Amino acid sequence: MENALFEYLLRLGDDSLILGHRLSEWCGHGPVLEEDIALTNLSLDLIGQATSIFDYAGKVEGKGRSEDDLAFLRFDKDYRNLLLVERPNVDFGVTIMRQFLFDAYRKPLFERLVHSSDEMIAAIAAKSLKETKYHLRHSSEWVIRLGDGTEESHNRIQDALNELWKYAAEIFYEDAVDAELKANGVLPDMDSLKSDWDTIVHAVLEEATLTIPDNNWKQEGGRKGLHTEHLGFILAELQYMQRAYPNMEW
Amino acid sequence: MTNNEWPLWEVFIRSKQGLSHKHVGSLRAADEKMAIENARDVYTRRSEGISIWVVASANVFASNPDEADSLYEPANSKVYRHPTFYDVPDGIEHM
Amino acid sequence: MKEFNIDELNRKFQEKIDNDIKIEPKDWMPDDYRQTLIRQISQHAHSEVVGMLPEGNWITRAPNLRRKAVLLAKVQDEAGHGLYLYSAVETLGADREQTIDDLHSGKAKYSSIFNYPTLTWADMGAVGWLVDGAAIMNQVPLCRCSYGPYARAMVRVCKEESFHQRQGFEIMMKLAAGTPEQKAMAQDALNRFWWPALMMFGPNDAESKHTQQSMDWKIKRHTNDELRQQMVDITVPQAEMIGLTIPDPDLKWNEETGHYEYGEIDWDEFWQVVKGNGPCNKDRIDARRKAKEDGLWVRQAANAHAEKRRARNAKKAS
Repeated sequence: MENALFEYLLRLGDDSLILGHRLSEWCGHGPVLEEDIALTNLSLDLIGQATSIFDYAGKVEGKGRSEDDLAFLRFDKDYRNLLLVERPNVDFGVTIMRQFLFDAYRKPLFERLVHSSDEMIAAIAAKSLKETKYHLRHSSEWVIRLGDGTEESHNRIQDALNELWKYAAEIFYEDAVDAELKANGVLPDMDSLKSDWDTIVHAVLEEATLTIPDNNWKQEGGRKGLHTEHLGFILAELQYMQRAYPNMEW
Repeated sequence: MTNNEWPLWEVFIRSKQGLSHKHVGSLRAADEKMAIENARDVYTRRSEGISIWVVASANVFASNPDEADSLYEPANSKVYRHPTFYDVPDGIEHM
Repeated sequence: MKEFNIDELNRKFQEKIDNDIKIEPKDWMPDDYRQTLIRQISQHAHSEVVGMLPEGNWITRAPNLRRKAVLLAKVQDEAGHGLYLYSAVETLGADREQTIDDLHSGKAKYSSIFNYPTLTWADMGAVGWLVDGAAIMNQVPLCRCSYGPYARAMVRVCKEESFHQRQGFEIMMKLAAGTPEQKAMAQDALNRFWWPALMMFGPNDAESKHTQQSMDWKIKRHTNDELRQQMVDITVPQAEMIGLTIPDPDLKWNEETGHYEYGEIDWDEFWQVVKGNGPCNKDRIDARRKAKEDGLWVRQAANAHAEKRRARNAKKAS
């Protein structure tokens, strides 16, 4: 593996960046002012995480690319985010379910990464863990409210779960990148990650009176740069200024 | 209130250890958990608080300002409650 | 309880105001005072919330990560400020949802500046610098407003808003010092936002129907024209410093008065935009109405869930 650490950092950073982008689309349009503020908070945390991760990734790569170069100046096949996080917001139910399935992975992930042999990763994970605990609490509570709310909200959030389930399976995609980083201790003790995720997801979905889909298909691709049609449009907006006015400072 | 509007909550924040909770404003939330989270997002965006109380506004009972005289006059006459009632000799500081 | 006649109550009320004693929610107040405050504070709250849209517009297109985070935080602050203000309106007995419905039906107004479009990234600079600049000038005196909850909300708002204007000016400064393309972008934004920003202070004093009463009640501390003059005097040198030109051929320094003289404001445009003929009036209200309608099932669900939980807890307790 040429640079497994760099590759892994892109996966981590792109998840934060693209989900942060999606959440920022809510700003000014939330279902109630208080929730508008909450969704923007999540977005701010994720953009902040992406910034520190890309800053470090640029150094690891050693080609002089800045955090902005990495965030704004790659082509779609070079983005490594999960397909899950590029799914459109659709409505508050889909947004919350997407967030919950992701947070239920990110919290146990950061809990492990704080023990990484790589000090920078450990430090980024420590800061992100604090934020992610809050994100998970927020999304869990909303999944429960919507699942065990009205008939309409129950149906909407169940539909969201059915639709997103196959994308959630990509969370546990692994390849040579993970194998190499596990071998050198950058990724410590990941074995029980999936079972931690299962525990969180099952507990919350049960309280929310939701049914886990029996669809076992895994829709993968993002980690290898093979995306859905949505990423292109995200990048068209995200990169607009950097592409239209190259090499300028803002 | 229409059926769909969330109830109103009063928010109190302790900005640092050693101070009491202070009323900062209100917000709307469907339940107490949401009220706490919303209070965190709305009133402590610049880490102003370390402890948050929320109280359903419907549960706040307030005195009537027109009766302020009868509420406070008896207390005002109990001057021994006020520190200035006591003579402290010159030279004694920080009391 | 003692009986008071209305003249006596009015006299005592004005006495408090004259002695700079704050009016608090449960104090007696003249109905006109209450209605004026409800109108002004809810209009102010609506302006914060509608004001999220023209800037929210550029969050997904911000040119780098730092600018993106700053813009997000700023627009989020505006939601927070809207909330502080709705919270102040509610102390006067007005219901938040009702005041929002008044906005959506067109009955309630908001600052007409937000009916202008944000067309380029430089507009994020111009809005922060000029629009927030004008807003701060309006708001600082409101921290001493006679109504306690409004004054306290404004103290919070002003404390938080200081970074808003600075980040806007910083964007403009950077552009003005950048490539010719960037400088032109900045000048174009200034050209489009200068006059609407001056209109933000409202009609000339002679035309302003609420000013005198609001000053007597100490809701307002300065007239519209006083604040507008202050804005011009402060902003012109800032523009000069970064090498941008104020789009007003009549602008000149008056040595005698120590103020800038400026050209005639197009009041016809102002009233047309207030009435609904601005380029974005419909888009802004449609967006807010859609957010409320789309959120209805969410708000209903949260209420239904809270109700279920209360019922379950009551059952457990019995």
